[in-house]
Amino acid sequence: MIQIKNVNFYYKDFHALTDITMQIPDKAVTAFIGPSGCGKSTLLRLINRMNDLIDGTRLTGNILVEGQDIYDKKVEVEELRKKVGMVFQKPNPFPKSIFENVAYGLRVQGMKNETEIKDRVEDAIKKAALWSEVERILNNNATNLSGGQQQRLCIARCLAVEPHVILMDEPASALDPISTAKIEELVLDLKSKYTIVIVTHNMQQALRISDHTAFFYLGELVEYNTTHDIFHNPAQEKTKNYVTGQFG
Amino acid sequence: MKAITKQKIVFSILKVMSFMVIAILFLIIGFIFIKGIGVINWGFISKMPEEGMLKGGILPAIVGTLCLIGGSMLFAFPIGVCSGIYINEFLKDGPLKRFMRLMTDNLAGIPSIVFGLFGMALFVNKLKFGDSILAGSLTLGILALPVIIRTTEEALRSVDDLHRQASYALGASKLYTIKKVVLPIALPNIITGLILAIGRVSGETAPILFTVAAYFLPKLPHSLFEQAMALPYHLYVLATSGTDIEKAKPMAFGTALILITIVLICNLLANLIRAKFKKK
Repeated sequence: MIQIKNVNFYYKDFHALTDITMQIPDKAVTAFIGPSGCGKSTLLRLINRMNDLIDGTRLTGNILVEGQDIYDKKVEVEELRKKVGMVFQKPNPFPKSIFENVAYGLRVQGMKNETEIKDRVEDAIKKAALWSEVERILNNNATNLSGGQQQRLCIARCLAVEPHVILMDEPASALDPISTAKIEELVLDLKSKYTIVIVTHNMQQALRISDHTAFFYLGELVEYNTTHDIFHNPAQEKTKNYVTGQFG
Repeated sequence: MKAITKQKIVFSILKVMSFMVIAILFLIIGFIFIKGIGVINWGFISKMPEEGMLKGGILPAIVGTLCLIGGSMLFAFPIGVCSGIYINEFLKDGPLKRFMRLMTDNLAGIPSIVFGLFGMALFVNKLKFGDSILAGSLTLGILALPVIIRTTEEALRSVDDLHRQASYALGASKLYTIKKVVLPIALPNIITGLILAIGRVSGETAPILFTVAAYFLPKLPHSLFEQAMALPYHLYVLATSGTDIEKAKPMAFGTALILITIVLICNLLANLIRAKFKKK
Protein backbone atom coordinates (compact mmCIF):
# COMPACT_ATOMS: atom_id res chain seq x y z
CA MET A 1 0.00 0.00 0.00
CA ILE A 2 1.16 3.51 -0.78
CA GLN A 3 0.11 6.13 1.75
CA ILE A 4 0.30 9.78 0.81
CA LYS A 5 -0.16 12.06 3.81
CA ASN A 6 -0.63 15.82 3.67
CA VAL A 7 1.79 16.21 0.79
CA ASN A 8 2.63 19.70 -0.39
CA PHE A 9 5.16 20.15 -3.16
CA TYR A 10 6.82 23.26 -4.52
CA TYR A 11 8.94 24.01 -7.59
CA LYS A 12 10.79 27.07 -6.31
CA ASP A 13 7.85 29.42 -5.59
CA PHE A 14 5.25 27.46 -7.48
CA HIS A 15 2.93 25.46 -5.25
CA ALA A 16 2.47 22.37 -7.42
CA LEU A 17 0.61 20.08 -5.03
CA THR A 18 -1.64 21.16 -2.20
CA ASP A 19 -2.27 18.98 0.81
CA ILE A 20 -2.70 15.63 -0.93
CA THR A 21 -3.79 12.71 1.22
CA MET A 22 -4.70 9.36 -0.29
CA GLN A 23 -4.07 5.64 -0.03
CA ILE A 24 -3.24 3.57 -3.09
CA PRO A 25 -4.22 -0.09 -2.70
CA ASP A 26 -1.96 -3.06 -3.51
CA LYS A 27 -2.37 -5.23 -6.61
CA ALA A 28 -4.77 -2.91 -8.35
CA VAL A 29 -4.57 -0.21 -10.99
CA THR A 30 -4.99 3.34 -9.79
CA ALA A 31 -5.35 6.06 -12.39
CA PHE A 32 -4.42 9.72 -11.92
CA ILE A 33 -6.45 11.92 -14.25
CA GLY A 34 -6.84 15.64 -14.72
CA PRO A 35 -6.01 18.45 -17.15
CA SER A 36 -2.39 19.30 -18.04
CA GLY A 37 -0.52 20.96 -15.20
CA CYS A 38 -2.83 19.58 -12.51
CA GLY A 39 0.05 17.90 -10.70
CA LYS A 40 -0.73 14.26 -11.51
CA SER A 41 2.70 13.52 -13.02
CA THR A 42 4.41 15.42 -10.23
CA LEU A 43 2.71 13.27 -7.61
CA LEU A 44 3.60 10.12 -9.53
CA ARG A 45 7.25 11.14 -9.64
CA LEU A 46 7.26 11.73 -5.90
CA ILE A 47 6.56 8.04 -5.32
CA ASN A 48 9.96 6.96 -6.68
CA ARG A 49 11.66 10.25 -5.87
CA MET A 50 12.37 11.16 -9.48
CA ASN A 51 11.71 14.77 -8.55
CA ASP A 52 14.91 14.65 -6.50
CA LEU A 53 16.70 15.22 -9.81
CA ILE A 54 15.16 18.67 -10.19
CA ASP A 55 16.82 21.59 -8.42
CA GLY A 56 14.84 23.91 -6.18
CA THR A 57 12.01 21.60 -5.15
CA ARG A 58 10.56 21.25 -1.67
CA LEU A 59 8.27 18.68 -0.12
CA THR A 60 6.28 18.60 3.10
CA GLY A 61 4.19 15.72 4.37
CA ASN A 62 4.95 12.00 4.08
CA ILE A 63 4.81 9.28 1.48
CA LEU A 64 4.91 5.70 2.75
CA VAL A 65 5.57 2.70 0.55
CA GLU A 66 4.97 -0.60 2.34
CA GLY A 67 4.98 1.26 5.63
CA GLN A 68 8.35 2.91 5.05
CA ASP A 69 8.59 6.70 4.81
CA ILE A 70 10.47 7.00 1.53
CA TYR A 71 11.73 10.52 2.24
CA ASP A 72 13.30 9.41 5.51
CA LYS A 73 17.04 10.13 5.59
CA LYS A 74 17.79 6.44 6.17
CA VAL A 75 16.18 5.40 2.89
CA GLU A 76 18.55 4.82 0.01
CA VAL A 77 16.90 6.19 -3.09
CA GLU A 78 18.48 3.48 -5.30
CA GLU A 79 16.87 0.77 -3.14
CA LEU A 80 13.51 2.52 -3.31
CA ARG A 81 13.65 2.68 -7.10
CA LYS A 82 14.29 -1.05 -7.32
CA LYS A 83 11.06 -1.54 -5.44
CA VAL A 84 9.15 1.17 -7.28
CA GLY A 85 9.74 0.91 -11.02
CA MET A 86 8.77 3.44 -13.64
CA VAL A 87 7.66 3.52 -17.27
CA PHE A 88 7.94 6.86 -19.00
CA GLN A 89 5.74 8.75 -21.42
CA LYS A 90 8.15 8.47 -24.31
CA PRO A 91 9.62 5.00 -24.85
CA ASN A 92 13.24 5.39 -23.76
CA PRO A 93 15.19 2.19 -24.38
CA PHE A 94 18.96 2.54 -24.10
CA PRO A 95 20.78 2.43 -27.43
CA LYS A 96 21.94 -1.08 -26.53
CA SER A 97 20.77 -4.52 -27.56
CA ILE A 98 17.27 -5.69 -26.62
CA PHE A 99 18.82 -8.19 -24.23
CA GLU A 100 21.09 -5.66 -22.53
CA ASN A 101 18.20 -3.24 -22.08
CA VAL A 102 16.30 -5.74 -19.99
CA ALA A 103 19.46 -6.99 -18.25
CA TYR A 104 20.44 -3.45 -17.26
CA GLY A 105 18.56 -3.31 -13.97
CA LEU A 106 19.95 -6.73 -13.01
CA ARG A 107 23.49 -5.63 -13.73
CA VAL A 108 22.85 -2.51 -11.66
CA GLN A 109 22.10 -4.82 -8.75
CA GLY A 110 25.42 -6.52 -9.32
CA MET A 111 24.05 -9.77 -10.69
CA LYS A 112 26.93 -11.65 -12.34
CA ASN A 113 25.57 -15.11 -13.12
CA GLU A 114 24.86 -14.96 -16.86
CA THR A 115 22.47 -17.95 -16.87
CA GLU A 116 20.41 -16.34 -14.14
CA ILE A 117 20.42 -13.03 -16.03
CA LYS A 118 19.35 -14.83 -19.19
CA ASP A 119 16.44 -16.51 -17.40
CA ARG A 120 15.32 -13.30 -15.76
CA VAL A 121 15.51 -11.38 -19.04
CA GLU A 122 13.48 -14.01 -20.88
CA ASP A 123 10.95 -14.12 -18.08
CA ALA A 124 10.55 -10.34 -18.04
CA ILE A 125 10.15 -10.08 -21.81
CA LYS A 126 7.53 -12.82 -21.68
CA LYS A 127 5.64 -11.01 -18.94
CA ALA A 128 5.69 -7.89 -21.09
CA ALA A 129 4.09 -9.88 -23.96
CA LEU A 130 6.99 -9.14 -26.27
CA TRP A 131 8.81 -12.48 -26.39
CA SER A 132 7.42 -13.87 -29.65
CA GLU A 133 8.35 -10.65 -31.43
CA VAL A 134 11.95 -10.41 -30.23
CA GLU A 135 13.16 -13.88 -29.25
CA ARG A 136 15.16 -14.19 -32.48
CA ILE A 137 16.60 -10.67 -32.42
CA LEU A 138 17.67 -10.26 -28.81
CA ASN A 139 21.05 -8.90 -29.90
CA ASN A 140 19.63 -6.27 -32.21
CA ASN A 141 19.66 -2.67 -31.15
CA ALA A 142 16.50 -1.82 -29.22
CA THR A 143 16.13 1.51 -30.98
CA ASN A 144 15.19 -0.35 -34.19
CA LEU A 145 11.97 -1.64 -32.64
CA SER A 146 8.66 0.11 -33.28
CA GLY A 147 7.41 2.60 -30.71
CA GLY A 148 4.93 0.16 -29.23
CA GLN A 149 7.53 -2.59 -28.99
CA GLN A 150 9.98 -0.17 -27.42
CA GLN A 151 7.44 0.72 -24.76
CA ARG A 152 6.77 -2.93 -23.96
CA LEU A 153 10.54 -3.42 -23.82
CA CYS A 154 10.72 -0.60 -21.28
CA ILE A 155 8.02 -2.38 -19.29
CA ALA A 156 10.05 -5.61 -19.51
CA ARG A 157 13.14 -3.72 -18.37
CA CYS A 158 11.17 -2.48 -15.39
CA LEU A 159 9.71 -5.94 -14.61
CA ALA A 160 13.13 -7.63 -14.71
CA VAL A 161 14.07 -5.85 -11.49
CA GLU A 162 10.97 -7.39 -9.88
CA PRO A 163 9.49 -4.21 -8.45
CA HIS A 164 6.42 -4.24 -6.22
CA VAL A 165 5.04 -1.02 -7.59
CA ILE A 166 5.02 0.17 -11.21
CA LEU A 167 4.52 3.83 -11.95
CA MET A 168 3.39 4.63 -15.48
CA ASP A 169 3.52 8.18 -16.74
CA GLU A 170 1.13 8.32 -19.71
CA PRO A 171 2.74 5.17 -21.11
CA ALA A 172 0.60 5.03 -24.24
CA SER A 173 0.28 8.70 -25.13
CA ALA A 174 3.00 8.49 -27.80
CA LEU A 175 1.65 5.27 -29.34
CA ASP A 176 -0.83 4.31 -32.04
CA PRO A 177 -4.22 2.75 -31.10
CA ILE A 178 -3.12 -0.86 -31.66
CA SER A 179 0.02 -0.47 -29.56
CA THR A 180 -2.05 1.34 -26.95
CA ALA A 181 -4.47 -1.58 -26.78
CA LYS A 182 -1.54 -3.95 -26.24
CA ILE A 183 -0.19 -1.83 -23.41
CA GLU A 184 -3.61 -1.66 -21.78
CA GLU A 185 -4.03 -5.41 -22.05
CA LEU A 186 -0.63 -5.81 -20.48
CA VAL A 187 -1.51 -3.50 -17.59
CA LEU A 188 -4.64 -5.54 -16.85
CA ASP A 189 -2.52 -8.65 -16.99
CA LEU A 190 0.08 -7.33 -14.58
CA LYS A 191 -2.23 -6.01 -11.90
CA SER A 192 -2.65 -9.37 -10.22
CA LYS A 193 1.00 -9.21 -9.21
CA TYR A 194 1.90 -5.53 -9.06
CA THR A 195 0.58 -2.31 -7.63
CA ILE A 196 0.18 -0.07 -10.64
CA VAL A 197 -0.25 3.68 -10.68
CA ILE A 198 -0.92 5.16 -14.08
CA VAL A 199 -1.11 8.78 -15.13
CA THR A 200 -3.28 9.29 -18.15
CA HIS A 201 -4.93 12.16 -19.97
CA ASN A 202 -7.16 9.65 -21.73
CA MET A 203 -10.33 9.19 -19.69
CA GLN A 204 -11.51 6.21 -21.69
CA GLN A 205 -8.21 4.53 -20.87
CA ALA A 206 -8.68 5.20 -17.15
CA LEU A 207 -12.17 3.78 -17.40
CA ARG A 208 -10.97 0.68 -19.25
CA ILE A 209 -8.05 -0.34 -17.08
CA SER A 210 -8.21 1.19 -13.61
CA ASP A 211 -9.91 0.08 -10.42
CA HIS A 212 -9.57 3.42 -8.69
CA THR A 213 -9.33 6.87 -10.12
CA ALA A 214 -8.06 10.11 -8.62
CA PHE A 215 -9.04 13.36 -10.25
CA PHE A 216 -6.64 16.26 -9.80
CA TYR A 217 -7.22 19.90 -10.58
CA LEU A 218 -4.78 22.78 -10.06
CA GLY A 219 -2.61 20.79 -7.69
CA GLU A 220 -5.46 19.54 -5.56
CA LEU A 221 -6.97 16.12 -5.25
CA VAL A 222 -10.60 16.86 -6.10
CA GLU A 223 -12.01 13.39 -5.86
CA TYR A 224 -10.71 9.88 -5.34
CA ASN A 225 -12.94 6.85 -5.55
CA THR A 226 -13.52 3.62 -7.43
CA THR A 227 -13.28 4.21 -11.14
CA HIS A 228 -16.92 3.23 -11.50
CA ASP A 229 -18.07 5.92 -9.12
CA ILE A 230 -15.78 8.60 -10.52
CA PHE A 231 -17.18 8.10 -13.99
CA HIS A 232 -20.77 7.21 -13.23
CA ASN A 233 -21.54 8.82 -9.93
CA PRO A 234 -19.08 11.66 -9.24
CA ALA A 235 -19.63 13.52 -5.99
CA GLN A 236 -18.02 16.75 -7.13
CA GLU A 237 -19.31 19.07 -9.82
CA LYS A 238 -15.76 19.57 -11.19
CA THR A 239 -15.20 15.84 -11.54
CA LYS A 240 -18.49 15.45 -13.33
CA ASN A 241 -17.65 18.26 -15.75
CA TYR A 242 -14.23 16.80 -16.43
CA VAL A 243 -15.24 13.17 -16.97
CA THR A 244 -18.14 14.18 -19.17
CA GLY A 245 -15.73 16.18 -21.30
CA GLN A 246 -17.03 19.64 -20.49
CA PHE A 247 -13.52 20.96 -19.84
CA GLY A 248 -9.97 19.72 -19.84
CA MET B 1 11.05 40.60 -57.28
CA LYS B 2 9.05 37.45 -56.89
CA ALA B 3 9.54 35.59 -53.64
CA ILE B 4 10.50 32.43 -55.49
CA THR B 5 13.18 34.21 -57.55
CA LYS B 6 14.54 35.81 -54.41
CA GLN B 7 14.70 32.43 -52.73
CA LYS B 8 16.55 30.95 -55.69
CA ILE B 9 19.12 33.72 -55.62
CA VAL B 10 19.74 33.32 -51.87
CA PHE B 11 20.08 29.55 -52.20
CA SER B 12 22.53 29.98 -55.07
CA ILE B 13 24.66 32.33 -52.97
CA LEU B 14 24.68 29.86 -50.06
CA LYS B 15 25.60 27.06 -52.44
CA VAL B 16 28.46 28.98 -54.02
CA MET B 17 29.80 29.99 -50.61
CA SER B 18 29.84 26.47 -49.25
CA PHE B 19 31.41 25.04 -52.39
CA MET B 20 34.05 27.74 -52.15
CA VAL B 21 35.12 26.35 -48.76
CA ILE B 22 35.58 22.90 -50.26
CA ALA B 23 37.39 24.40 -53.24
CA ILE B 24 39.84 26.17 -50.92
CA LEU B 25 40.54 22.92 -49.08
CA PHE B 26 41.18 21.06 -52.34
CA LEU B 27 43.29 23.92 -53.61
CA ILE B 28 45.55 23.79 -50.56
CA ILE B 29 45.88 20.03 -50.56
CA GLY B 30 46.34 19.93 -54.34
CA PHE B 31 48.95 22.70 -54.25
CA ILE B 32 50.96 20.97 -51.50
CA PHE B 33 50.57 17.63 -53.24
CA ILE B 34 51.83 18.82 -56.63
CA LYS B 35 54.72 20.79 -55.14
CA GLY B 36 55.68 18.14 -52.63
CA ILE B 37 55.12 14.78 -54.32
CA GLY B 38 58.37 15.12 -56.30
CA VAL B 39 60.61 14.55 -53.29
CA ILE B 40 58.49 11.87 -51.66
CA ASN B 41 60.02 8.44 -51.77
CA TRP B 42 60.83 5.77 -49.22
CA GLY B 43 64.13 7.50 -48.39
CA PHE B 44 62.37 10.76 -47.61
CA ILE B 45 60.37 9.24 -44.81
CA SER B 46 62.94 6.73 -43.59
CA LYS B 47 66.27 8.62 -43.66
CA MET B 48 67.97 11.23 -41.55
CA PRO B 49 68.38 14.70 -43.08
CA GLU B 50 71.71 15.16 -44.90
CA GLU B 51 73.82 17.93 -46.42
CA GLY B 52 72.37 20.88 -44.56
CA MET B 53 68.89 19.32 -44.69
CA LEU B 54 68.83 19.64 -48.48
CA LYS B 55 69.13 15.92 -49.04
CA GLY B 56 68.11 12.78 -47.20
CA GLY B 57 64.86 12.43 -45.33
CA ILE B 58 62.83 13.82 -42.50
CA LEU B 59 62.46 10.72 -40.33
CA PRO B 60 63.40 12.39 -37.03
CA ALA B 61 60.83 15.13 -37.59
CA ILE B 62 58.12 12.56 -38.34
CA VAL B 63 58.98 10.55 -35.24
CA GLY B 64 59.22 13.72 -33.18
CA THR B 65 55.76 14.89 -34.26
CA LEU B 66 54.24 11.47 -33.59
CA CYS B 67 55.83 11.48 -30.12
CA LEU B 68 54.42 14.93 -29.44
CA ILE B 69 50.92 13.94 -30.62
CA GLY B 70 50.99 10.79 -28.48
CA GLY B 71 52.50 12.51 -25.45
CA SER B 72 50.18 15.49 -25.49
CA MET B 73 47.06 13.34 -25.94
CA LEU B 74 48.14 10.93 -23.21
CA PHE B 75 48.21 13.93 -20.92
CA ALA B 76 45.33 16.05 -22.23
CA PHE B 77 42.70 13.47 -23.18
CA PRO B 78 42.09 12.00 -19.70
CA ILE B 79 42.22 15.41 -18.00
CA GLY B 80 40.01 17.03 -20.61
CA VAL B 81 37.41 14.25 -20.60
CA CYS B 82 37.32 14.19 -16.78
CA SER B 83 36.81 17.98 -16.64
CA GLY B 84 34.11 17.77 -19.27
CA ILE B 85 32.31 15.06 -17.29
CA TYR B 86 32.61 17.07 -14.09
CA ILE B 87 31.33 20.29 -15.63
CA ASN B 88 28.38 18.73 -17.43
CA GLU B 89 27.32 15.91 -15.12
CA PHE B 90 28.19 17.10 -11.63
CA LEU B 91 28.02 20.88 -11.62
CA LYS B 92 24.58 22.38 -11.16
CA ASP B 93 23.62 25.29 -13.37
CA GLY B 94 24.96 28.31 -11.57
CA PRO B 95 27.87 30.68 -11.16
CA LEU B 96 30.53 27.95 -10.75
CA LYS B 97 29.51 26.21 -13.96
CA ARG B 98 29.45 29.51 -15.84
CA PHE B 99 32.86 30.36 -14.41
CA MET B 100 34.35 27.01 -15.46
CA ARG B 101 32.97 27.42 -18.98
CA LEU B 102 34.24 30.98 -19.24
CA MET B 103 37.72 29.93 -18.10
CA THR B 104 37.80 27.06 -20.59
CA ASP B 105 36.89 29.46 -23.37
CA ASN B 106 39.52 31.89 -22.20
CA LEU B 107 42.13 29.14 -22.27
CA ALA B 108 41.13 28.42 -25.86
CA GLY B 109 41.59 32.05 -26.75
CA ILE B 110 45.18 32.37 -25.56
CA PRO B 111 47.61 32.74 -28.50
CA SER B 112 49.72 29.64 -28.95
CA ILE B 113 53.02 31.53 -28.64
CA VAL B 114 52.00 32.42 -25.07
CA PHE B 115 51.61 28.72 -24.31
CA GLY B 116 55.11 28.27 -25.67
CA LEU B 117 56.47 30.91 -23.36
CA PHE B 118 54.57 29.48 -20.39
CA GLY B 119 55.76 25.98 -21.21
CA MET B 120 59.33 27.18 -21.31
CA ALA B 121 59.02 29.00 -17.99
CA LEU B 122 57.25 26.16 -16.16
CA PHE B 123 58.30 22.85 -17.70
CA VAL B 124 61.69 23.67 -19.21
CA ASN B 125 63.08 25.97 -16.53
CA LYS B 126 61.12 25.70 -13.29
CA LEU B 127 60.55 21.92 -13.35
CA LYS B 128 63.90 21.43 -15.06
CA PHE B 129 62.66 19.09 -17.81
CA GLY B 130 64.90 21.03 -20.19
CA ASP B 131 64.09 21.29 -23.88
CA SER B 132 62.44 17.89 -24.14
CA ILE B 133 59.63 15.84 -25.58
CA LEU B 134 58.08 15.85 -22.12
CA ALA B 135 58.04 19.66 -21.89
CA GLY B 136 56.74 19.96 -25.44
CA SER B 137 54.02 17.36 -24.93
CA LEU B 138 52.80 19.01 -21.75
CA THR B 139 52.73 22.43 -23.41
CA LEU B 140 50.83 21.10 -26.43
CA GLY B 141 48.57 19.18 -24.07
CA ILE B 142 47.50 22.36 -22.28
CA LEU B 143 46.83 23.95 -25.65
CA ALA B 144 44.59 21.03 -26.60
CA LEU B 145 42.67 20.92 -23.31
CA PRO B 146 39.91 23.42 -24.10
CA VAL B 147 39.03 21.66 -27.35
CA ILE B 148 38.73 18.32 -25.56
CA ILE B 149 36.79 19.75 -22.61
CA ARG B 150 34.29 21.60 -24.76
CA THR B 151 33.64 18.70 -27.14
CA THR B 152 33.26 16.30 -24.19
CA GLU B 153 30.79 18.68 -22.60
CA GLU B 154 28.82 19.06 -25.82
CA ALA B 155 28.85 15.30 -26.35
CA LEU B 156 27.47 14.70 -22.85
CA ARG B 157 24.91 17.46 -23.15
CA SER B 158 23.52 15.90 -26.31
CA VAL B 159 22.73 12.66 -24.45
CA ASP B 160 18.95 12.62 -24.01
CA ASP B 161 17.98 13.11 -20.37
CA LEU B 162 15.40 10.33 -20.82
CA HIS B 163 18.28 7.83 -20.84
CA ARG B 164 19.60 9.13 -17.53
CA GLN B 165 16.10 9.01 -16.03
CA ALA B 166 15.56 5.46 -17.27
CA SER B 167 18.77 4.40 -15.58
CA TYR B 168 17.97 6.16 -12.30
CA ALA B 169 14.48 4.67 -12.32
CA LEU B 170 16.05 1.20 -12.41
CA GLY B 171 17.94 1.93 -9.22
CA ALA B 172 21.27 2.91 -10.76
CA SER B 173 23.48 5.45 -9.03
CA LYS B 174 24.72 8.56 -10.77
CA LEU B 175 28.21 7.14 -11.26
CA TYR B 176 26.85 3.87 -12.69
CA THR B 177 24.56 5.82 -15.00
CA ILE B 178 27.41 7.94 -16.31
CA LYS B 179 29.65 4.91 -16.78
CA LYS B 180 27.16 2.54 -18.39
CA VAL B 181 24.70 4.80 -20.19
CA VAL B 182 25.90 8.37 -20.65
CA LEU B 183 29.53 7.79 -21.63
CA PRO B 184 28.89 4.99 -24.13
CA ILE B 185 26.33 7.16 -25.90
CA ALA B 186 28.60 10.19 -25.86
CA LEU B 187 31.83 8.38 -26.75
CA PRO B 188 31.69 8.77 -30.55
CA ASN B 189 31.34 12.52 -30.15
CA ILE B 190 34.02 12.67 -27.47
CA ILE B 191 36.35 11.03 -29.96
CA THR B 192 35.57 13.88 -32.34
CA GLY B 193 37.18 16.10 -29.72
CA LEU B 194 40.26 13.91 -29.84
CA ILE B 195 40.41 14.25 -33.62
CA LEU B 196 40.16 18.02 -33.44
CA ALA B 197 42.80 18.15 -30.72
CA ILE B 198 45.22 15.99 -32.69
CA GLY B 199 44.74 18.19 -35.71
CA ARG B 200 45.46 21.25 -33.65
CA VAL B 201 48.46 19.82 -31.82
CA SER B 202 50.23 18.31 -34.81
CA GLY B 203 50.39 21.58 -36.67
CA GLU B 204 51.38 23.97 -33.89
CA THR B 205 54.81 25.53 -34.13
CA ALA B 206 54.88 28.25 -31.51
CA PRO B 207 54.35 26.08 -28.41
CA ILE B 208 57.18 23.72 -29.35
CA LEU B 209 59.57 26.45 -30.37
CA PHE B 210 60.96 27.02 -26.87
CA THR B 211 60.09 23.69 -25.30
CA VAL B 212 61.26 20.84 -27.51
CA ALA B 213 62.01 21.60 -31.13
CA ALA B 214 65.50 21.02 -32.41
CA TYR B 215 66.81 22.85 -35.48
CA PHE B 216 68.81 19.88 -36.65
CA LEU B 217 69.10 16.61 -34.75
CA PRO B 218 69.76 13.67 -37.04
CA LYS B 219 68.89 10.92 -34.58
CA LEU B 220 65.78 9.41 -33.11
CA PRO B 221 64.81 10.29 -29.53
CA HIS B 222 65.42 7.62 -26.91
CA SER B 223 63.72 9.18 -23.91
CA LEU B 224 61.13 11.76 -22.96
CA PHE B 225 63.88 14.06 -21.76
CA GLU B 226 65.49 14.50 -25.15
CA GLN B 227 64.92 17.22 -27.68
CA ALA B 228 63.33 16.24 -30.94
CA MET B 229 62.69 17.60 -34.38
CA ALA B 230 59.07 18.17 -35.36
CA LEU B 231 57.41 18.57 -38.74
CA PRO B 232 55.92 22.07 -38.41
CA TYR B 233 59.14 23.50 -37.03
CA HIS B 234 61.21 21.66 -39.61
CA LEU B 235 58.99 23.16 -42.28
CA TYR B 236 59.51 26.61 -40.82
CA VAL B 237 63.28 26.10 -40.73
CA LEU B 238 63.44 24.86 -44.31
CA ALA B 239 61.32 27.74 -45.55
CA THR B 240 63.06 30.55 -43.67
CA SER B 241 66.44 29.76 -42.22
CA GLY B 242 68.08 26.86 -44.01
CA THR B 243 71.45 27.04 -45.67
CA ASP B 244 69.95 27.47 -49.13
CA ILE B 245 66.30 28.43 -49.04
CA GLU B 246 65.66 28.09 -52.79
CA LYS B 247 67.08 24.57 -52.89
CA ALA B 248 65.21 23.63 -49.74
CA LYS B 249 61.81 24.49 -51.19
CA PRO B 250 60.94 21.04 -52.56
CA MET B 251 61.99 19.55 -49.21
CA ALA B 252 59.71 22.05 -47.46
CA PHE B 253 56.72 21.10 -49.60
CA GLY B 254 57.50 17.43 -49.09
CA THR B 255 57.52 18.01 -45.35
CA ALA B 256 54.21 19.85 -45.57
CA LEU B 257 52.72 16.96 -47.52
CA ILE B 258 53.84 14.46 -44.89
CA LEU B 259 52.41 16.66 -42.12
CA ILE B 260 49.05 16.89 -43.85
CA THR B 261 49.09 13.15 -44.49
CA ILE B 262 49.73 12.40 -40.82
CA VAL B 263 46.83 14.63 -39.76
CA LEU B 264 44.54 13.01 -42.34
CA ILE B 265 45.54 9.51 -41.21
CA CYS B 266 44.90 10.45 -37.57
CA ASN B 267 41.46 11.76 -38.55
CA LEU B 268 40.73 8.63 -40.52
CA LEU B 269 41.75 6.37 -37.63
CA ALA B 270 39.69 8.33 -35.13
CA ASN B 271 36.72 8.23 -37.50
CA LEU B 272 37.04 4.47 -37.80
CA ILE B 273 37.12 4.13 -34.02
CA ARG B 274 34.11 6.41 -33.79
CA ALA B 275 32.17 4.42 -36.36
CA LYS B 276 32.97 1.22 -34.49
CA PHE B 277 31.70 2.61 -31.19
CA LYS B 278 28.61 3.99 -32.85
CA LYS B 279 27.74 0.57 -34.18
CA LYS B 280 28.05 -0.93 -30.71
